[in-house]
Amino acid sequence: MLDTLIGIFTSYGLVGAFLLVAVIMLVSYGIASSIKQQRMGSAIAIVIGLALAFAAGKYTGGSKGLADVALFSGVGILGGGMMRDFAIISTAFGVKFENLKKAGLPGIVSLFVGIAFSFIVGGLIAYALGYTDPVDVATIGGGAVTFIVGPVTGGALGASSDVIALSIAAGVVKSVLTMILTPLVAKRIGLNNPTSAMVYGGLIGTTSGVAGGLAATDAKLVPYGAMIATFYTGLGSLLCPSIGFILVRAIIG
Amino acid sequence: MEIYGFGLVAACMFIGSFIGRTLGTMLGINGDIGGVGFAMLLLVIITNYKESKGKPLAEKTQNGIRLLSALYIPIVVAMSSIQNVVAAFSGGAVAFLAGGVTTVGATFLVPVISKLTMTKDDRKAA
Repeated sequence: MLDTLIGIFTSYGLVGAFLLVAVIMLVSYGIASSIKQQRMGSAIAIVIGLALAFAAGKYTGGSKGLADVALFSGVGILGGGMMRDFAIISTAFGVKFENLKKAGLPGIVSLFVGIAFSFIVGGLIAYALGYTDPVDVATIGGGAVTFIVGPVTGGALGASSDVIALSIAAGVVKSVLTMILTPLVAKRIGLNNPTSAMVYGGLIGTTSGVAGGLAATDAKLVPYGAMIATFYTGLGSLLCPSIGFILVRAIIG
Repeated sequence: MEIYGFGLVAACMFIGSFIGRTLGTMLGINGDIGGVGFAMLLLVIITNYKESKGKPLAEKTQNGIRLLSALYIPIVVAMSSIQNVVAAFSGGAVAFLAGGVTTVGATFLVPVISKLTMTKDDRKAA
């Protein structure tokens, strides 16, 4: 009987993922309404998702969370980059062009400030904790930008694989922390309008973190933040191994 | 038909990704610069243009797009369940501090940049 059940889950992977996520949502919104905080439903669901990813990672030793468990391999498709991007684009439907124009300049300013800030702070922390080689500092600084910029920078500069792994870990910490932190601080940082959502997307930049954090805060803000955030990783991959590294080498090289 | 909505978003995605990847190649990085952003921009321009002409998308086409965007949060939940959370926790002090301090710092820069770049009308509205 167990074999039959496992067989169904593995051959209907994507459908199994819909079932699984539906159950997670049901439980999360159940919890949210029992504590009279309906709006927190998606935040709770994301935290449950992260907790499951942690448990699965411990259990399988893999790097793809639940997707490494054969029974749930379908969540890898549903939660993968293709479906994420397809759905993110659709959220732009209903966005008013005037709102975008109004927030265009703040969005662009925040992109450059966000990348510079993360790279500098990440690099400073690496330096303070004993990484004095400019290549290592730039790679870990890149990881603090996003978990893609880190390995791109490290790869371009020839960093060692353990430093690259560290830079990925820094980026993943940022992404996970963003998902959890955003709904908690949203009110304090004025994250309640399209302009601040675009500034937020440009400053934080990690697409999955911004997407998850805004979804848990207010789904209406998602398209504004996500639109800017998608430029962040590309721009970071461009700036960190070039201008970023040259500056680091000039200072500590 | 609802599938027209899916098709429209898919077309925007492919055009946007093409722009993003071409930009990446031109700038010498093997990646995508804002492909999704360009796709979103395209969808906004198309729908706003059609509305300004008084010919909005057919109701069923809109429903297709709405279905897709309603799937967005479930997809984000699925995405969170496939993150490498173990690595995030086991990266040691450097990873945790570099990722954590930048996130917290950047978060609190949001009101600063918002204020600096806000126009007078926004301030009145706020």
